[in-house]
Amino acid sequence: MNDGMIIRTTSLVKIYPLGEQSITALDDVNLDVRTGEFAGLVGPSGSGKTTLLNILGSLDVPTRGSAEVLGERIETLSHRKAADLRNRHIGFIFQTFNLLPVYSVYENVEFPLLLLGFSPAARRKAIQAALEWVHLADRAKSRPSQLSGGQSQRVAIARAIVKKPALVLADEPTANLDAENSHGILRTMEDINRELGTTFLFSTHDGKVIQHLRRTITLVDGRVAKDEVRSGA
Amino acid sequence: MLIPKLAFKNMRGAGLKTWLNAGVLSMAFVVIIWTQGLYQGIDAEASRAMTDAEYGGGQFWMNGYDPYDPLTLQDAHAPVPAPLVSMIDAGRAAAFLVVPATIYPNGRLMSAVLKGVDPDQRVLSLPAAVLKASHTEVPALIGTRMAQSAGLKKGDVVTVRWRDARGTFDAREIEIVEVMSTVVGTIDSGLIWLPLETLREMAALPGQATIVVTAKGTAPGTLPAVPGWTFVGPDVLMKDVKTLVQSKTIGASIMYVILIFLAMLAVFNTQLLSIWRRRKEIGTIMALGMPRGRIVGLFTLEGALTGVLAAAIGAVYGIPLLALTAIRGIGLGASLGDSFGLALSEKLYPVYSVLLVGGTTLLIFLVTTAVSYLPTRRISRLKPTDALRGRFS
Ligand SMILES: Nc1ncnc2c1ncn2[C@@H]1O[C@H](COP(=O)(O)OP(=O)(O)O)[C@@H](O)[C@H]1O
Ligand SMILES: [Mg+2]
Repeated sequence: MNDGMIIRTTSLVKIYPLGEQSITALDDVNLDVRTGEFAGLVGPSGSGKTTLLNILGSLDVPTRGSAEVLGERIETLSHRKAADLRNRHIGFIFQTFNLLPVYSVYENVEFPLLLLGFSPAARRKAIQAALEWVHLADRAKSRPSQLSGGQSQRVAIARAIVKKPALVLADEPTANLDAENSHGILRTMEDINRELGTTFLFSTHDGKVIQHLRRTITLVDGRVAKDEVRSGA
Repeated sequence: MLIPKLAFKNMRGAGLKTWLNAGVLSMAFVVIIWTQGLYQGIDAEASRAMTDAEYGGGQFWMNGYDPYDPLTLQDAHAPVPAPLVSMIDAGRAAAFLVVPATIYPNGRLMSAVLKGVDPDQRVLSLPAAVLKASHTEVPALIGTRMAQSAGLKKGDVVTVRWRDARGTFDAREIEIVEVMSTVVGTIDSGLIWLPLETLREMAALPGQATIVVTAKGTAPGTLPAVPGWTFVGPDVLMKDVKTLVQSKTIGASIMYVILIFLAMLAVFNTQLLSIWRRRKEIGTIMALGMPRGRIVGLFTLEGALTGVLAAAIGAVYGIPLLALTAIRGIGLGASLGDSFGLALSEKLYPVYSVLLVGGTTLLIFLVTTAVSYLPTRRISRLKPTDALRGRFS
């Protein structure tokens, strides 16, 4: 987007059919996110944060309205195009880490690069750099089952940023971590945001995360209730 | 090359699970091939025994002889034609005379067929030589089945009654000089073997015979055409055996199908379970940008590779096992061959043809791949958000 917007939603609505009834998870969401922001969707459980992140990540489609991400209209993308967008430009970080259990740390981080067809040399270099970002260069050979929660989430961060995506979507990344680890990974992501210019969009209701955010978008019942830029953050 | 690489990595990563799945599948391979080899062995063994003891290289039947119609036997004899006589003299054929009779063992009455055999013949593997060594007036050879049904044993003397060429009834005492044990029931049940010349004299049929059996391996092209006699080749003679074996192998075929079906079910189930168990992983790799089609390909290939691994594992323990049974044979116990209604010796040698082993391996491999693919179609209907939430619709 030439106006510096990486995300723009227009009258975004998501309705989940639920038998006879239906749940309106997102209700007329209009949201702009600029390239390089470090922003978070906050709000109570069930307010629609995950739903919005999933749509922005092209994992789901809106019921009505439009979501434009990196110049692509999510609602118009084919499965293959959507996969391609995620593969090239979007990194995901999940609450439950979602590391591939049979792969080593190195192989987990390598996975997106394999999909992108990086050469072995380019892969090695990128993985090394990513693992250094998250201070796990010495655990490359470990299996996910041998890692602590904090370490696992740092591997997930490395996997999300290894391909230098424009956008990282992190859904409640600290929900399974203690305070120290939470601040640790947030600081790492702040560094990456500053140095690489990667846009971060979180979903969280964790005060420790909110402390680090430069912008908080509050969702209530699927609507944007408040949108604050924190000065001095 | 990404998909094979990932499939290989996943299988290696799954460790024991991979080996267990492949191990179970390998048993299906081995058992299927083993049972089929057993039946092919039965077929080969029955054919061999029948050829050796009864069919030789084919038989000349005098026109009018019908082994399936006992009423024709009375007149089933004719002088042996000259071309056959010369074959017999050269040891390339042997004449047999069939005469229906009645015997009176232990005061009972029982019909039997007298069969004349030249004690010196080498064409069939019959212990006919015992008839020559004997000094008894009418020495007779019977098999264990006949001994059993008539209640006769070696050394017994029994009265036989028959009609000679002129239609006159005649009777004589014969002595059982030997009871032979044979796997070929058709040279045993209801039969009494007498020296050919003795029987010819008893029935007043000098120089006559019912059938002339050629030596095993005789090329049908080299045989003379003999008017009044029909040549019945080994294939035709064997047809009965083949039919019998075939009726037995229907059981084997059903078994084959069941085993393959079970293997399919196991693969299908394993695959479905694996997809369900790995649904979150599937959601994750979808989020990482792997298109569904490639995920389907990945899981299918993993299933197919399990088939390959199973074939390899099966080969490791199956080949020595099958080779051992093929070389050493499998003990059947004396009675099984009889209860099977086939000429089977106590040891059976399974036959594993290239077609059987190769065909079965290929078949199971194709089935495994197809069955691995079927459940993965669910992936293509799976929404990434559902997969990530651990839902599987
Ligand atoms: N796949 C789904 N099917 C039906 N309802 C859903 C589904 N996903 C989310 N919801 C509903 O949509 C609303 C918003 O959910 P979600 O986006 O997960 O909120 P949050 O992440 O803020 O907790 C909730 O009421 C939730 O129950
Ligand atoms: Mg949520």
